[in-house]
Amino acid sequence: MSSIIGPASYKLFGFFPTVILSFILPIIGIGLFAYIMARRAAPLVRAAPDDRFNAIGKRIKNLVVIWLGQFRQPRYMLAGVLHIFIFAGFLILSIRSTSLVVIGLSDGFVLPGFGGWLGSVYNFIKDYAATFVLIACIVAAIRRGIYKPQRYAVPEKYGKDHTSEAVFVLGIIATLMISESLFEASELAYAFQHTGQEHFLAPLSLVWIFKAMLSPASQQFLQGLHIFMYFVHDVTFFFFLCFLPLGKHFHVITSIFNVFFMRVQKGNIKPVQHGIKDEELDDLESFGVKKLEDFTWKHMLDFYSCADCGRCSDQCPANACGRPLSPRFITIKARDLMFKNYPLSGEIYKSDLLVEDIYTEDEIWSCTTCGACEEECPLGIEYIDKMVDMRRGMVDEGMVPQSLQKPLKALEKRGNPYGKMEKKRADWAKDKEFKASHTIKDLGKESADTLYFVDSITSYDDNLQEVARRTSIILEKAGVDFGILGKGEKDSGNEVLRFGEEMLYQDLKEQNTEAILESGVKQIVTADPHAYNALKNDYKGLPLVRHISQVVAEKITTGELDLKPCQDKDKVYVYHDPCYLGRHNGIYEDPRQALDAIDGLTRVELEKSRDRSFCCGGGGLMLFYEPEEETRMGVLRVNMAAEAGANVIVTACPFCLVNIQDAIKVAGKEGEIEALDFTELIESHLN
Amino acid sequence: MDILVCVKRVPDTAENEFELNGAGNDLDRDDLVYSVNEWDNYAVEEAIQIVDKVGGSVTVITVGDDESEEVLRREMAMGANSGILLSDDAFEGSDGKGIAAILKAEIEKGSYDLILSGAQADEGAGQVGGMLAAMLDYPYASLVNKIDIVDDKKINVGREIEGGNQEMNEIQLPCVLSIQTGINEPRYVGIRGIRKVAKLEIPIKGADDLGIDAGSVGDAGAKTKRVDYFVPDMGDGAEMLEGSTDEIIEKLIERLKAKGGL
Repeated sequence: MSSIIGPASYKLFGFFPTVILSFILPIIGIGLFAYIMARRAAPLVRAAPDDRFNAIGKRIKNLVVIWLGQFRQPRYMLAGVLHIFIFAGFLILSIRSTSLVVIGLSDGFVLPGFGGWLGSVYNFIKDYAATFVLIACIVAAIRRGIYKPQRYAVPEKYGKDHTSEAVFVLGIIATLMISESLFEASELAYAFQHTGQEHFLAPLSLVWIFKAMLSPASQQFLQGLHIFMYFVHDVTFFFFLCFLPLGKHFHVITSIFNVFFMRVQKGNIKPVQHGIKDEELDDLESFGVKKLEDFTWKHMLDFYSCADCGRCSDQCPANACGRPLSPRFITIKARDLMFKNYPLSGEIYKSDLLVEDIYTEDEIWSCTTCGACEEECPLGIEYIDKMVDMRRGMVDEGMVPQSLQKPLKALEKRGNPYGKMEKKRADWAKDKEFKASHTIKDLGKESADTLYFVDSITSYDDNLQEVARRTSIILEKAGVDFGILGKGEKDSGNEVLRFGEEMLYQDLKEQNTEAILESGVKQIVTADPHAYNALKNDYKGLPLVRHISQVVAEKITTGELDLKPCQDKDKVYVYHDPCYLGRHNGIYEDPRQALDAIDGLTRVELEKSRDRSFCCGGGGLMLFYEPEEETRMGVLRVNMAAEAGANVIVTACPFCLVNIQDAIKVAGKEGEIEALDFTELIESHLN
Repeated sequence: MDILVCVKRVPDTAENEFELNGAGNDLDRDDLVYSVNEWDNYAVEEAIQIVDKVGGSVTVITVGDDESEEVLRREMAMGANSGILLSDDAFEGSDGKGIAAILKAEIEKGSYDLILSGAQADEGAGQVGGMLAAMLDYPYASLVNKIDIVDDKKINVGREIEGGNQEMNEIQLPCVLSIQTGINEPRYVGIRGIRKVAKLEIPIKGADDLGIDAGSVGDAGAKTKRVDYFVPDMGDGAEMLEGSTDEIIEKLIERLKAKGGL
């Protein structure tokens, strides 16, 4: 016998051609896989429409950066790097696995183009890939099985632990790596024994080690091992393929699609139904997501794609402060429901109301829409739009907590959640001291280049009216010709939209849009990031919208604003990124630049800053909601600032200011730490 | 079970700042926003929940002007099946007895098993429910905070007793109940809900339709009349702290400390 017999020609027990097995196994495997996938596609076909074929350029970029480049993985360093090894190994070895299937039918099969030097280079790389994947699997299994990082734990109310599935799959991957390497090593050891010719192998790779181990083995043993390992690989390969769509490893298949179709725009909320214009909303029978099938197909794909890595919940402020919300389980519970209602065989079950079946009302109201979960997810899974869609459904059914009904009704009647009189909206400008030296134009009567959009909390809250006055003084100093809408201004509706009261939001939006366009301004400035977000990302057809921190940063650069040296040099300042300025709108640097322009100001950074900023507790209607929670989000945030060594927390959002000021009192840190609005700090340092 | 709920359109306490008018005999009603009386809203929610459980219908009724139709629509958006507006110039200025008489005239035309009203409305008199029951010769329970349906002849109703105790009473149908807040959690009604019922017909009935003598209701028939409406003078021992919220708090703390309260 000159060389080892491959699985395409081998006869088991001297008479049974194994080629039959290598023919039947792929047929069964692929057939079963196709069937499972067809069943899995069933709910997606019944889902609500979604518009995900726009912005192809951005989508391709996401595919290259987030999927292929695994860019978000190293945000969790060890797990991320392990994943990158396994992911890259899978991509490399997919070629080898495909050709192995054919080798079972035709000895010595080589994929077209892999015959010459390319094949040698590929073999060299894939041997290392298999080796690294195996090492990564072992480390990952130790990590999951022995060290058990907290983030994977499954609280009792959410079902049973997922560790066994994770470790099982790591075992399958390890089996694939080992069997592939032994298949090759046995052939090479055989050939070496026969011809004495040394085949170049990647040093210290799995194949290299196995070949060295197998060199003393008998030829008969090597032949048997060769065939056995081929079929171990073949069976495992097809088993794995069919196992993927049954659990969290579905992401191996769906991730490429999920990342391609992920959210490409930031800060906005999806329409009630794709393809339905705002004017046509009245014609819709039902609003929002009430049952499983009301989700869009992309949102269902999200449920399928979750890898259960727990990063979303690890970053979620609602989860951290003990509210009954964990984004990870929003997804896992929905996926379990999809698997249950759309089983692999038999009839499809009717869905119930989601908030009665798998979610609770408090769970859905607990979300502050801060976006930390979405920023983190390596698979581009969305949460905010789903929360808003489910809230739309609850509002439509009248399921709104009493604590939110009053402010919503006040918004409907008075255009602000406090039920204050419209005519008092500009009362902040009537402060005696302020009025003596400043006049604010009313754009209902006069005209100006710029509109200062104040929004409700800054207009009506006694303490925050100071923010309005300071913003005005800054604009005045910067030479901006501006005015306000006064009683013509309504709440921006950022939270009205996000709390699911779509028609009320539409009303507010229409009134504001009309008033703004009528005023003829060329730009809009606001000091409220929630207003900034709504006007910029949810409203349509408005002039340029800017946050006061952008104006300040620009005017400092141009020299139109000049700041004094720091008045309190002993203090240590820290900037807290408001969610609707940072994460949702990417404004991280402008406020920092402005702070750093104050000579002698000591500024430290929070560990959780910029796109990992930790929500202070939420703005708008969230101030009225009474969540179940163990501690306040704001208290956690204040403690983080204290740990960072800061004694002044500067923020650029009125809601952050309220929440943090309250939290300082609750945390008992009065006198140690204080909260300051960006406008207050800047205004008090104006030259 | 066919349930009638009597509702009233009132100035919304949460969304208004009340000031007296120039004449000093009423609120300054310019710039006020109105909504359904809070107690009535609980009554409607309770009626809807009963009908959800045992079947039947909910009708909402009000005595008021054209604008009162708005509160009927809101309650219909909540889930009431139909509304009736009792409106006539002759009804204006009715006292509690007048309102009860107008309601009675309409109720006698229908057949309702259960009549609910809020325990009280904006004027705080809490009188219409009781008078209505007497005029109809129906049994009456006031300040009801729990309703258990027994059968189509009788129900059990609860009332909170001073000190936090609870009593339950059996009452024969048909009957009149005045409903206390907190009996349930009224559902939310959004703009969308109201628009959905915008086209439903709401019959408007006047004195002639009801067969009421115009002289027996309204200003003409009122035997109680409001003679004054004012903010009481500050008595001895009462003092209003003035200033910004922070200043008020500071002054309050000072005072509490001074008197040994802290």
